Amino acid sequence: MPMQHTAKSFDEELKRLQSLIARMGGLAEQQLADAIQAVADRDTERASVTVRGDQRIDDLEREVDDLVVHIMALRQPVAVDLRTILSALKISADLERIADYAANVAKRAIALNQVAPVRPVHVIPRMGQVVKEMIKDVLDAYVNGDVPKAVRVWNRDEELDEMYSSLFRELLTYMMEDARNITAFTHLLFIAKNIERIGDHATNIAETVHFLVEGRPLREARPKHDETSFTVVNPAGAGSGR
Amino acid sequence: MTAVLSPARPAGPPPLARPVVPPAERKAESAPTIKAEIRNVRFFCKKFEAIKGISLPLYDRRVTAFIGPSGCGKSTLLRMLNRIYTLYPEQRAEGEILVDGRNVLAPDYDVNLLRAKVGMVFQKPTPFPMSIYDNIAFGIRLYDRLPASELDGRVEEALKRAALWNEVKDKLKQSGLGLSGGQQQRLCIARAIALRPEILLLDEPASALDPISTSKIEELIHELRSDYCIAIVTHNMQQAARTADYTAFMYLGELIEYDETTTIFTKPGKKQTEDYVTGRFG
Repeated sequence: MPMQHTAKSFDEELKRLQSLIARMGGLAEQQLADAIQAVADRDTERASVTVRGDQRIDDLEREVDDLVVHIMALRQPVAVDLRTILSALKISADLERIADYAANVAKRAIALNQVAPVRPVHVIPRMGQVVKEMIKDVLDAYVNGDVPKAVRVWNRDEELDEMYSSLFRELLTYMMEDARNITAFTHLLFIAKNIERIGDHATNIAETVHFLVEGRPLREARPKHDETSFTVVNPAGAGSGR
Repeated sequence: MTAVLSPARPAGPPPLARPVVPPAERKAESAPTIKAEIRNVRFFCKKFEAIKGISLPLYDRRVTAFIGPSGCGKSTLLRMLNRIYTLYPEQRAEGEILVDGRNVLAPDYDVNLLRAKVGMVFQKPTPFPMSIYDNIAFGIRLYDRLPASELDGRVEEALKRAALWNEVKDKLKQSGLGLSGGQQQRLCIARAIALRPEILLLDEPASALDPISTSKIEELIHELRSDYCIAIVTHNMQQAARTADYTAFMYLGELIEYDETTTIFTKPGKKQTEDYVTGRFG
């Protein structure tokens, strides 16, 4: 944090904004961890609590919006202050989406618990672990203004995309082999997709951290490894292709 | 074409600030050319060194803003451009200010010609105690002997350029002192541009005005920009951000940073600049 403003109340507003983001981040992390755990443990109770918990994050996002409007109107921020405020606004939107996806994972965990367990579910905690680390790291990078760490998170999304692509192909194959489990497989597919989307939001936050600290956007093209949009698995089981 | 020495950079070829990247509306604009080149100028008031070696360019048909806390030398720098400081015997300047390639600080540069070329408007409106018409005509008569009809045309043109014509065209014979503060200031701008100067110096032109008059002055600066090289000193940082293409931040007689206005107000290069524009100074 640079030196203090002559108007101390401005510093307090900025501090409050950053603490709101930190709280949202902590809650979103927790929501995601609970949702994944609920899938892994087939824990309907935990899943229900997680679904209800989403409201708190929505409320915090609204609080961030109000505070940003207030600061913009009263302070006409420039330079680092302007970037701090814009970043908070963008990051809060990303965290809100992350929490939404976590809540959706929890809802699907409840649905999954009503059908027989299926094997590929073990991939979900592995994907969940990667995305939880991404979120934790990107929030640390935000708090500490650590650009290299943010860029590492940004690059890590590739790993998540690859896991998702391979699970996607696996699930298509399973569905063809055993139509009775299509309900479970479809929910798993959406759960995996949600986690993959959470990873995208973590990379958005990483880009915002870069902008916040460096004052310019992270412009390089990020390698994309989610190929599911082009994936076809043939009934012969002979394999997949584009 | 060399210019823009920051004080921390004593030697070597000085870098030019990149020309302003034109937003969509300015697509048609050509690359800016340097109108005045300030080269390592120093200013002394008795023993006190008010400006400690500053270099930067003023581009033609562009607005350059000077910002910085009180006493940083920004008004002094402006006053050097038309040598108005020579009214005070204890003040002297060193260095060069090249306007169209000629050093205006050189004693052989005719100060009257210089002041016709470089117009100035001050913080407090300074209309002469005479009619609106004569406020404008006075300066023109000093330089040109024109037939009455032509003089009328010049007065009207200046008042129109200063966005004042519609408000005063029916009372040109009334005293300039009877106008509102904002109108008086636009009258002073009209008086300055009536001499068809090439450089316009504005020393806090809107700081004594209400918000509407301020907006009118800012709009006027935007209009005049297409014909003049404009340098503006302002304490209102939003005003600098709104009106200027380039911004120079000065502190204690030194140029701390000079860059495109967008850069100064989004990602300045120096911490001192960032602290000042964000209101963290001292």
